[in-house]
Amino acid sequence: MNIKMLGAFAAVALLAACAKPAATAMSTGAGQTVTSGPAPGSEEDLVANVGDRVFYGFNKTSLSSDATATLSHQAGWLQKFPQVSVLVAGNCDPRGTEEYNLALGQRRADAARDFLVAQGVDGSRIQTISYGKDRPTAQGDDDASYQQNRNAITSVQGHNPQEGTGASS
Amino acid sequence: MTSSNHLLGETDDAAPTVPGLIRRITRRGMIGTTLATALAAPAFAQSAPAAAPAGGDAAGTAVIDVNRARTAPIPIAIPPFAGGTSQGDLVSVISADLNNCGLFRVVDASGVAATAPGGAPDFGAWKGTGAQALVTGSVTQSGDQLRVEFRLWDILPGTQLQGTAYTTSASNWRRIAHIIADVIYQRLLGEKGYFDTRIAYISTTGPNNNPTKRLAIMDQDGANNRFLTDGSWTALGPRFSPTRDQLAFISYVNKIVRVYLFDLGSGTRSLIGNFRTMTFSPRFAPDGNSIIMSLYQNGGANIITCSLSGGNVRTLTSSGAIDANPCYSPDGSQIVFESDRGGDQQLYVMGADGSNVRRISFGAGRYADPVWSPRGDLIAFTRLGSNFAVGVMAPDGSGERTLSESFDVESPTFCPNGRVIMFQRGAGASSRLVSIDITGFNEQPVQTPTSASDPAWSPLLS
Repeated sequence: MNIKMLGAFAAVALLAACAKPAATAMSTGAGQTVTSGPAPGSEEDLVANVGDRVFYGFNKTSLSSDATATLSHQAGWLQKFPQVSVLVAGNCDPRGTEEYNLALGQRRADAARDFLVAQGVDGSRIQTISYGKDRPTAQGDDDASYQQNRNAITSVQGHNPQEGTGASS
Repeated sequence: MTSSNHLLGETDDAAPTVPGLIRRITRRGMIGTTLATALAAPAFAQSAPAAAPAGGDAAGTAVIDVNRARTAPIPIAIPPFAGGTSQGDLVSVISADLNNCGLFRVVDASGVAATAPGGAPDFGAWKGTGAQALVTGSVTQSGDQLRVEFRLWDILPGTQLQGTAYTTSASNWRRIAHIIADVIYQRLLGEKGYFDTRIAYISTTGPNNNPTKRLAIMDQDGANNRFLTDGSWTALGPRFSPTRDQLAFISYVNKIVRVYLFDLGSGTRSLIGNFRTMTFSPRFAPDGNSIIMSLYQNGGANIITCSLSGGNVRTLTSSGAIDANPCYSPDGSQIVFESDRGGDQQLYVMGADGSNVRRISFGAGRYADPVWSPRGDLIAFTRLGSNFAVGVMAPDGSGERTLSESFDVESPTFCPNGRVIMFQRGAGASSRLVSIDITGFNEQPVQTPTSASDPAWSPLLS
């Protein structure tokens, strides 16, 4: 069961990582020069070329080897762009209660933050937040969606995909 | 005054501890002032227990006990009140309160004259409707002032059980209707009602992946809805102060999750304490003078208490686990909370000083959201197994019962007399509020203008 779940979950992660570069390639193919990729050090750069999120098991906060690989890339990227500050947001699937999931999401954000700090990123550049189960990125009521929604999403401050326009300033 | 045979009493029998005629029906400052005056029984009535005490211990005066009413709701007739107001129909509000609680059945009163010539009800005619109790009343409005007289009659012996006149500003007409429904509930069932109350909740609009969550408040029956925050920042988990016109709630102001105090009179928000990490799960102490909540630190959440300004911090738990949703027993001597210290979420009870922690939940699944009944006899909770369920158990963990089960139900809150629980059914854009009797019957939807979650039932307003 665990192996099966991990397999599905790795496939989801790959899809997410592939989606953006494909879109970028298509738009550049429509008449722009090859230099028009995401600006280095931008949110788009983080999403497209590094990987902005890591995933967790049900009711778990420990980092998988896939997660630590992604976070290592994030740490390298953050060291390359020392002016960038990030928000690490912990999220949960809907199969938990509202306020417990606030703490569980915070634990997930902390786990990712602590790994980045251990890799040498200055902790003052990393803000954490938990959205509990309130901002699911995948909308289905199925295991594949739940797996995507148990995550920690790193985003460049000011460009946080889970913050609404009224709250992103 | 249109009926000269109605004698005005000198005291207010609905608030026997308050001397004199004047009684503020709200301590919360938003509504205004109401006068309540006892009406003695008309001269023709056989006995006039209008001065009988109507406090919380009035069980001896009840016509029917609650358990009987659950199986056989009390048939009651509420014909249109004489006179009227431009503001709205009090009788429909009273009737909805009584019908929705499941313990009364409002019978068709059309075709029966409320009173016979001379002012007395024609009890013979009312017996024909099958009603056991009768409510008569009159409304007179002069300018902004409303005067509502009502009488509650026991039809079979033909006696008056209650007679009260209320004077208030016309905009308060719904509150008068709820107060009258509470008096009827109390006189016929022997315990205080819960209709003159409000619900705080979280309104959700917008897309599921980026919802706008606003703090909102409305009357218990869904009327007078107001949004208290503008949605710039996510709001969660409101709880009422038991003593003041205040809420505690969670807000994401500046992308930091912390507990705030919301003053309903002024509409202002103030941060409770200045902790460096997330605070959540607030609840007031029974005296309203301190807050108990969870403080997230180093991967765990500790239960702390502090003053309303965040001072005088005391740490009650520091297990390294997620200890959340603390709630005092009504007498303040004990605290129930949830913790994953044993591996997954379970319910625990401890002394108010953090001593003598013991687990009380042992059924299948995880347990969360414990809330102590205002009566002290039950703890409501959310259980998570193969499905979500809302249930109740005794404070020692015995007698567990499931009230409602589906994906998902959560966040139970008790009405002030402990007879009804409101909770959230559904998630995200499909979440709604519902109420249910603590025996598990009479689940009723609660109308809200948007998706709704995180309900909190206020204390009685008067």
